[in-house]
Amino acid sequence: MSSFWSAWIIVLTLPVLIGCAILLTWNLKNYVGVPEDETTGHVVDGIEEINNPLPRWWTYMFILTLVWSVFYLAAYPGLGNWKGFLGWTSSNQGVKSLEESQLAVTKAVEEGRNVEFDREMVRADQVYGPVFQQFAKRDVLDLAYDDDAIKIGQRLFLQNCSLCHGSDARGQHGFPNLTDNDWLYGGTPDKIKETLLHGRKAVMPGWLDALGEQGIKEMTAYVLSLSGRSVNERDAEAGKAKFALCAACHGPDGKGSLAHNLPFGAPNLTDNIWLYGGSARAVEETLTKGRNGVMPAFKQTLGEDKVHILTAYVYRLANPEKPAEQQ
Amino acid sequence: MSQTKSLNVDYNYRVVRLFALTTVFWGIIGMAVGVLIAAQLYWPALNFDTPWLTYSRLRPLHTNAVIFAFGTSALFATSYYIVQRTCQVRLFAEKLAMFTFWGWQAVIVSAVITLPMGLTSSKEYAELEWPIDILITLVWVSYAIVFFGTLVKRKTSHIYVANWFLGGFILTVAALHIVNSMAMPVSAFKSYSIYAGAVDAMIQWWYGHNAVGFLLTAGFLGMMYYFVPKQAGRPVYSYRLSIVHFWALIALYIWAGPHHLHYTALPDWTQSLGMVMSVVLFVPSWGGMINGIMTLSGAWHKLKTDPILRFLIVSLSFYGMSTFEGPMMAIKSVNALSHYTDWTIGHVHSGALGWVAMISIGAIYHLIPVLYNQGRMYSISLINTHFWLHTIGVVLYIVAMWISGITQGMMWRAVNTDGTLTYSFVQSLEASMPFYLMRFIGGVFVVSGMLLMAYNVYKTVRAKDESLQPVPAVA
Repeated sequence: MSSFWSAWIIVLTLPVLIGCAILLTWNLKNYVGVPEDETTGHVVDGIEEINNPLPRWWTYMFILTLVWSVFYLAAYPGLGNWKGFLGWTSSNQGVKSLEESQLAVTKAVEEGRNVEFDREMVRADQVYGPVFQQFAKRDVLDLAYDDDAIKIGQRLFLQNCSLCHGSDARGQHGFPNLTDNDWLYGGTPDKIKETLLHGRKAVMPGWLDALGEQGIKEMTAYVLSLSGRSVNERDAEAGKAKFALCAACHGPDGKGSLAHNLPFGAPNLTDNIWLYGGSARAVEETLTKGRNGVMPAFKQTLGEDKVHILTAYVYRLANPEKPAEQQ
Repeated sequence: MSQTKSLNVDYNYRVVRLFALTTVFWGIIGMAVGVLIAAQLYWPALNFDTPWLTYSRLRPLHTNAVIFAFGTSALFATSYYIVQRTCQVRLFAEKLAMFTFWGWQAVIVSAVITLPMGLTSSKEYAELEWPIDILITLVWVSYAIVFFGTLVKRKTSHIYVANWFLGGFILTVAALHIVNSMAMPVSAFKSYSIYAGAVDAMIQWWYGHNAVGFLLTAGFLGMMYYFVPKQAGRPVYSYRLSIVHFWALIALYIWAGPHHLHYTALPDWTQSLGMVMSVVLFVPSWGGMINGIMTLSGAWHKLKTDPILRFLIVSLSFYGMSTFEGPMMAIKSVNALSHYTDWTIGHVHSGALGWVAMISIGAIYHLIPVLYNQGRMYSISLINTHFWLHTIGVVLYIVAMWISGITQGMMWRAVNTDGTLTYSFVQSLEASMPFYLMRFIGGVFVVSGMLLMAYNVYKTVRAKDESLQPVPAVA
């Protein structure tokens, strides 16, 4: 802050504390004009006031806290631009991204500065880093059936993933079920890890302008029919005729991008599994307005070692039984 | 003294009576809403799937109703009474005083309507939207004119200590309300704060904490300085202590807001400064408690027979407890555990139910017979029952929130040997459930006491003039 505001803060702060000390000292003396333990002579609506001295223990407490306050403001930031003689700060203020934060931590540690956040991060790395490094060396398929790794994976999942995917990982409206072995981007360890590290962005465009209301109705019927649902045959036929629009992502057979080795994350429309609801109304809404799915990237926040264990946990969710050839 | 003789001044009790009765009424409403939302936390189905009855809309209604409807009505009633009695003059600008009554009721009714509708500025304890904020400002400025006008035309040479606190409270609340409510209206029912980011948060908690400091502390200390010596029939313990603790209290309190924003984006220097001032504040806060409780020296036996005095003195004990707890929770390392947990809720209620409600209830029990020409309340034993219901209720409430809060704090920070958190948030909620039930039961006790009070007040108000004779004093 500018030196004006710094001075402003100091000029407002110190007189309050010094003023308290003066006030206290002034009232330790008996200036009222009557002996202590007698009433002051004011009588208001029958109420009198005694000229008792300040309780001694209370006075000492006041002095003690005032002395402490001056010490604290000398030691820590508080008085405007004064940094405090301990050089303590809570964090690297002003960083604007995770990368900047990580650079700032490294720099502060190198310079030996007293930044609380950095100290805690470094300490956590020292204590817990080796635990995760140990697991990072092992194969995901191996970890997926290792009880210790799964225990850690579950904790990571509950803290980081369960908000969207649920504690039981079965998802909710807009967030995929991770236990059904139905994948948008692939269920191999590599693909799962890719999703976790870098995140995913899925975009289903809205088709109201292209199809019109009648067209949406027809396409809804066709999409539902792909999962074997009973629909108005004529609508479904009309929808099928326009399905080329959808085939670019979902494939001509509607089996989704994964079945055709395409990277769009476009769901399989034939398996009766619905990310945004499978009622005619929900499908109609999806077709009309489109959908945007976002899976955040965890590379920066968790680091690769933790993501490695998390990959094993997510893999295990969909593959609870250990494959025969590994046993 | 010459002042003592002029007691036959014709005081304006009309506005005092109105505010005293609405204190009881809004107390029941505000606390009952509190009990309902406490029940919702245990039985979520109690919102009946209606938006108007959801926790998020009723919680601000509860806080507004108890602070501004119950608490502030009590302050209006007692301050209009105290300032007349201690200045030995009739109220200044009596029509304006009546306007403050009807204006304030209009504010409360607007809150009761708009908050369940979901209309909110989203600022805690300042949720009301801008048209209501303007009405509050008008009422408050009128309040200041009436109060200070009366003070100016006083017939006593000395301004009594109660009026220092009441005057300080009225002036500061005006400044707090106006500064924090500055907003840009976008429609009749929606506005946006003119502040942004961390500045907005700081202004909000400067307001929020000083609403506690000036409205709920200084205002009620003013109440205490009249009703405690009056009910005890004893002189105030120390005149000089009242000088030191008044000036130190108001000088330090105004700085304490940042302790609500520890470990946030607020700059380090602001957090430290808020913490330092909060810790020093502990001592002057206790000055008020000492002066109140020590006023009783030589009259302790009265506690045995006088439940009104018991309300007043126990309120001071709760005041002492929460003004010790507050500075402690303002210390950063303690705050790291207590912040965002139920401990904060427990702390607030030891202040609100223990201090504010008990001193108000005691003051109202003292006032009602005077205002309605009676020697005493209709039933002293009902006051006694109320005292015990209230005390048990408050203790149940606070203890439940302490246990729940500390449990939450410990569970949130627990880590496994691999550094991952031991518990998920839902698990900490699960651990809190029994204490939510206990809190609800405490609340039921408190509201039952308030219902007894309403009955007792009704019987006293409706009794024939001077038909209730005072209990002969015990020697």
